[in-house]
Amino acid sequence: MSMSLIKAEGLKFSYNGVPAVAGAGFELQEKDLLAVVGPNGSGKSTLLRLVSGFLEPLEGSVELLGRDVRSYSKTELARLVAFVPSELYLPYDFSVFEIALMGRSPLVSWWRDYSDVDASRVFEILKDMGILELRDRSINSLSSGERQLALIAQALAQDPRVLLLDEPTSHLDINYKMLIFELLTRLAGAGMGVIVVSHDLALMSAYAGKAVILKKGGQLFYGPAKEGLSGANIAAAYGISDPASVARLLSIY
Amino acid sequence: MRINRSLSVLWLVPAVAAAAALALFTGAVRAAGPEIIWGLRLPRILAAAVVGAGLGFSGAVFQGLLKNPLSDPYILGTSAGAMAGAVLCSALGIGRSAPAFYLTVFAGAFSATFFTYSLAKIKKYASTAHLVLSGVAVSTFLTALIMLFVTLYREHSLSLVYFLLGGFFPADSALLAVSGVIVAVSVAGGALLWRYLDIFSLGEEKAAYLGTDPDRMRLVFFALASLSTAAAVALAGTVGFVGLIVPHVLRLICGPSHRRLLVSSALGGALFLILADTVARAAAAPVEIPVGVITALFGAPFFIWLLRVKGEG
Repeated sequence: MSMSLIKAEGLKFSYNGVPAVAGAGFELQEKDLLAVVGPNGSGKSTLLRLVSGFLEPLEGSVELLGRDVRSYSKTELARLVAFVPSELYLPYDFSVFEIALMGRSPLVSWWRDYSDVDASRVFEILKDMGILELRDRSINSLSSGERQLALIAQALAQDPRVLLLDEPTSHLDINYKMLIFELLTRLAGAGMGVIVVSHDLALMSAYAGKAVILKKGGQLFYGPAKEGLSGANIAAAYGISDPASVARLLSIY
Repeated sequence: MRINRSLSVLWLVPAVAAAAALALFTGAVRAAGPEIIWGLRLPRILAAAVVGAGLGFSGAVFQGLLKNPLSDPYILGTSAGAMAGAVLCSALGIGRSAPAFYLTVFAGAFSATFFTYSLAKIKKYASTAHLVLSGVAVSTFLTALIMLFVTLYREHSLSLVYFLLGGFFPADSALLAVSGVIVAVSVAGGALLWRYLDIFSLGEEKAAYLGTDPDRMRLVFFALASLSTAAAVALAGTVGFVGLIVPHVLRLICGPSHRRLLVSSALGGALFLILADTVARAAAAPVEIPVGVITALFGAPFFIWLLRVKGEG
């Protein structure tokens, strides 16, 4: 029986009066790989930020391990939940190792320095992800795919129980898309709860266990991905008139 | 796997000491007696070290905090505030070496910076863009007031120009000690909290996700950098280019991580300013060139070089 990590219920949020999320809810358990899909403007990224505790919902609640996610201190939260943004602008040329090491910060008291234990953990993570040889390279000199892996490594360095990713593969080549989704599947299998917001519908339907489908104005579906990521649901969410064409497109992969 | 914790920047310490030794024995007065060397030059070299360290450190902090490599210690209204303090002293007839001058300039510099900060705190937090905009607003306003004063009271303008360019006058050792302590404490604070400045480069949202309170960290670093700049400016006026150039050079040598950058920028700033002041003293003796002129003369070629180096990178 997998433990419940996140329970989101009846979430509503607006930006300056414009509704972004209207009535979203789901449950994330250990070993779940949950896909959040929907058209632009349906509130996917907003939902992720409500779940991460970064935004406060107007209505509804997000519970992390039984407690309101906003009741955690920043440090406590950072030890449980890690967030990977889709792109990060870095004005200075930090090395991959330095970037990943920053992920250990919530685990280190403010007056201390990173320890050799932290360094070893980062080394281990970079090795598991297959980017160890990039560790001294500047993050700005990497390809998009390698850069995204470095950002994921930073998140994994937090040793989180929940991993949230906002469009991790949208701008990447197919080999990196597959690499990352394989990695996420491995992480979920090892007990992490993973939520991925993505436009890559085919990949999501191949790898995700659960799905939340959003459309402008509300949530269309929450449940098993196989059932949810159907031609009919996708067509309804994205406003496509022919569900059969969507189903055909998705099964190309 | 071990972290490379060696403060390999410590080679800068003997470099600073060597520069100081060189400076002690360089000067217009040949066969200078001990009263000149220890009585006049040593305090001056110490002042150059303190001011250089303070500006190098705060330049590095602002470049990290504002994520802008073109930031210098004065970007957020500090120099305008300092000038306003100097102008006030000029109007009240307070002399350059009086403690009251030091206090007024310090207060002017520090409060202008904090005023910029409070102005930028729209909706409870001061984003980088807001900070820069509000810095421009505060600087422009204060500069306008200063220019008004200078046009109305022209006899004060030359001394203010010297202040603006920066230079070392026989420094009161008590004030030198005050600045020295402030700069030392600020640099120590930065050296303790360096990793939060690194994390800050990831942006405010990501910094929050890593358990850092970006507002608190911004305020702390802001305070450290502002104190250090105010302490430098109160002692020597608004010496330019040190806070801009030194962190860049050290970033090329030590890498962008603030683990080394903050301390090395302080040491590098001290080195640079000791050398610049030696040139300022000795190059056109007996005329004293304001040290800000020397640093500015180094500034332009430096930027051209930087442009070429980065352009090839």
